[in-house]
Amino acid sequence: MDLLTHLPALQVVVPMLSAPLIVLLQPRGLAWAGATAVAVLSFAIAVALAIAVLDGQTIEYAMGGWPAPYGIALSVDAFSALVLLVITGAAAAALLAAKPSIDQQIEVERQPLFYSAWLLVLSGLVGIVVSADAFNIFVFMEISSLASYILIAGGPNRRALPAVFKYLMMGTIGATFYLIGVGLIYMMTGTLNLADMEARIGDVTDINPILVAAGFITIGLALKAAVFPLHVWVPNAYTHAPHMVTVFLAACATKVALYVLIRFDYMVFQGKLDDHEIQFAMFVMPLAILGILIASAVAMFEGHIKRLLASSSIAQIGYILLGVSFVSMAGLSASAMHIFNHALAKGGLFLAVACLAYRYRDLRLNQLGGASARMPWTCAAFVVCGLSLIGVPGTAGFISKWMLIGAALETGPWGWGLVAIILISSLMAVVYIWRIVEALYFQAPIEGDAPMSEAPVQLLLVTGLVALMNIYFGLFPHVPLELANSAAALLLEGSR
Amino acid sequence: MTPETAILVAIGIPLVGALAIALAGRISPNLREAATAVTSLSLIWVVWGLLPLLMDGGRPSVEVSQVMPGLSIAFAVEPLGMLFAALASGLWLINSVYSVGYMRGNKEQNQTRFFACFALALSATIGVAFAGNLFTLFLFYELLTLSTYPLVAHKGDAATVRSARIYLGVLLSTSIGLFLPAIIWTYSIAGTGDFTTGGILAGKLNDPEIGLLLGLFVFGIGKAAMMPVHKWLPAAMVAPTPVSALLHAVAVVKAGVFTITKIIVYIFGIDFLFEASSSQWLVYAAAFTIITASLVALRQTNIKRLLAYSTIAQLSYVIMAAAILKPLAEVGAAVHMVAHAFGKITLFFAAGAIYVASKKTEIHQLRGIGRRMPWTMAAFTIGSLSMIGVPPTAGFVSKWYILAGAFQANNLVAVFTIIASTVLNAAYFLPILYMVWFEREKEAGKEHGEAPFLVVLALCLTALLTLAFFLFNGPVIDLESQVVKGLG
Repeated sequence: MDLLTHLPALQVVVPMLSAPLIVLLQPRGLAWAGATAVAVLSFAIAVALAIAVLDGQTIEYAMGGWPAPYGIALSVDAFSALVLLVITGAAAAALLAAKPSIDQQIEVERQPLFYSAWLLVLSGLVGIVVSADAFNIFVFMEISSLASYILIAGGPNRRALPAVFKYLMMGTIGATFYLIGVGLIYMMTGTLNLADMEARIGDVTDINPILVAAGFITIGLALKAAVFPLHVWVPNAYTHAPHMVTVFLAACATKVALYVLIRFDYMVFQGKLDDHEIQFAMFVMPLAILGILIASAVAMFEGHIKRLLASSSIAQIGYILLGVSFVSMAGLSASAMHIFNHALAKGGLFLAVACLAYRYRDLRLNQLGGASARMPWTCAAFVVCGLSLIGVPGTAGFISKWMLIGAALETGPWGWGLVAIILISSLMAVVYIWRIVEALYFQAPIEGDAPMSEAPVQLLLVTGLVALMNIYFGLFPHVPLELANSAAALLLEGSR
Repeated sequence: MTPETAILVAIGIPLVGALAIALAGRISPNLREAATAVTSLSLIWVVWGLLPLLMDGGRPSVEVSQVMPGLSIAFAVEPLGMLFAALASGLWLINSVYSVGYMRGNKEQNQTRFFACFALALSATIGVAFAGNLFTLFLFYELLTLSTYPLVAHKGDAATVRSARIYLGVLLSTSIGLFLPAIIWTYSIAGTGDFTTGGILAGKLNDPEIGLLLGLFVFGIGKAAMMPVHKWLPAAMVAPTPVSALLHAVAVVKAGVFTITKIIVYIFGIDFLFEASSSQWLVYAAAFTIITASLVALRQTNIKRLLAYSTIAQLSYVIMAAAILKPLAEVGAAVHMVAHAFGKITLFFAAGAIYVASKKTEIHQLRGIGRRMPWTMAAFTIGSLSMIGVPPTAGFVSKWYILAGAFQANNLVAVFTIIASTVLNAAYFLPILYMVWFEREKEAGKEHGEAPFLVVLALCLTALLTLAFFLFNGPVIDLESQVVKGLG
């Protein structure tokens, strides 16, 4: 058996089958080691897949040898490979760093269950990405969502419970909308396979159910992706989740929903429905712009470091959507690139927050005084990732902003207006990141604080590594860039 | 070492030095100071080692990484950048000597952070000087802003942090809000941002847009402190004096005017810009800044703030000289960067020396101080005369060239501005000199003599340089004449 050909299946199966086994690893520390090994293995699989599709080809895989329209089909192309790298990379990095933080936040006896849920989230997210079938996407979405409710509520913070309830409500509504849409399309085309759907949707005579389906699917996925104004579940969920969970989910969870939104729309609807491109752009672009501006403004006034970064995430999703709404090669590759770069920046920021949280109980900005003297490495990593989020040249964040600006200029006379919006929001990012930096570096420590030292080495090493990657990919972005360009080309090809 | 590696090593040395300083600071202050000395000496060795090659017309360049098609990190050394790098690295050594005396004399806190950030700022300065295209320049320009922020906010109290916020806010928002769009615009019409002799925009841009793009560049480069984006410079005076001396009289502000000059010469091209009627406003705007800043300087009571406004005026000299768009004036712009650097660093050194010795910061406190601190005040006098442009000081040389360029272009506005500002400079420096030397101390204040030896040594050295440049400016002029060879 050639292992390479089965990589798409292994990508999902490995974490999924390991999840129940992790529960059995009761001795202290073993569950963590097992889960980390699985996540790292998943990352290795994703790297292998990315190398295989780097030249723009698509790997199709039929489960059990059943051909596509009947059996379960998986497919991996440059776009999915890029998102797979983000998901598995975030999971692996977060787990590698997680042990000290998780030991502090979650009781030992519940840890195997926690790590098992973590792997379920991982397998659900990668499952969504590799599925070539609309219904399987729904199934994996439910797996990842249910497991992520457990992760978020798993910490010691009881405020996580109402937060997760809100998330569950919104998530369920989103998933239901998506399912309704898929049902309508199935009714009209008789297929669930995306490629098949694309082929048959042109033959449908009564187009109204398809239009309704497109509406349901877009709204449902926008809810899952926390697109403004459907983002209300995000700040609380991110803030009250255990710190390492925030790292994992903030880096990739909403982006996976965006991935499905983009893939579904470009592959199935665009080019098949009259004027769909314009409707799509006119629907998405205002939301993206509002999201960028309003969420950035909110972040400027947040007093809690995690809530602030969560608000910033909503703005960053706006950037990704803005690129998508251009319906152009440049716009799509900028968006794909931003998925990757924002995961690096935000993942690094939340890792640094996890380091801070290991010593500071209260993460409000006015409580963080003196952090730079006590935790110099953590703060340095935070600054580097913060600069990347702002989009300072030399960091990863600059690359995608530069591409996005280039794509905006291609859109014609309105382009300069969009450039202005991107630049204004970058300045807003300067403000909210700098509020944190000032709190860390120039605020006097609270009186009577216990003396503190740097975060544990394990946590710190991963944080530093991610910070360095933000610089590395700012100077040498070739690999993700190539994937993003292939992804954009494939998506546009699919929309014809 | 090939010139190509020398470029990279020159940028790397202060980076490594910053690390070494940070580590050495944990062991002992003397070791840390030794690390600074070794770093700045080796930086001089590498940077000045490139000079002979440049004098012979060599243009070493090296590409580090092609970030995206058309967008690369690349370095290319040409006369303007060479001069700027040689100036900054040379004065860093003198400034380090001064800093040690000043910081110890004042018993400042966080000295390790101070010296490490200083090295980092120098690395960014060399990067700006050697940048081969707009993107690389922008990268190091932003790094320079960020690395100097901790130096400005050094004291750490509420008022200082507020000023540092103005510093960072103005510099970052102008660079992201105006400079970056200008760069994007340039790349989108020219397809490149490489600094090329004769410019890259000729024939690609028409008249009203030329003036607009020029405006985006000039006001986006906030470090040049052209009014109305000058507010950060007086705000930055809260920094310890060595920072004001090297960074806010030489490295940071010169990075601003250097960038503008470089863009005028190598992006627009002076002939192209001279033909464009919509670029004429720059001379007027610079003239306005020169006169207004000089008038504001007249009303200042604090020594460092007076020097800050004088710097704003002098920076616009460079911009105006570059905007005259004639070969002699471009040479004058480059020469004025050097001349002003020697004079102004001397003045700041003197202001710092006065503070260390007597804690005096206001002008009216200086009555009769010349008798207590003869060396310092002699240097201060030389610096002042250079600001006015009296021979035999450096300031005379550059004014000569700028005036010659102004006549070459028949630009009477520039001629008038130079004359008027010379009068104004004399009006705010001469009364101080009179007070210092010829009036008597009012009441018996604190008894004090000269500042620490290292401080006095440094300021005497720069004062000597100010005088020496009047006589030995040939190499600089030869080097900079290469920039405009065959033009105009």
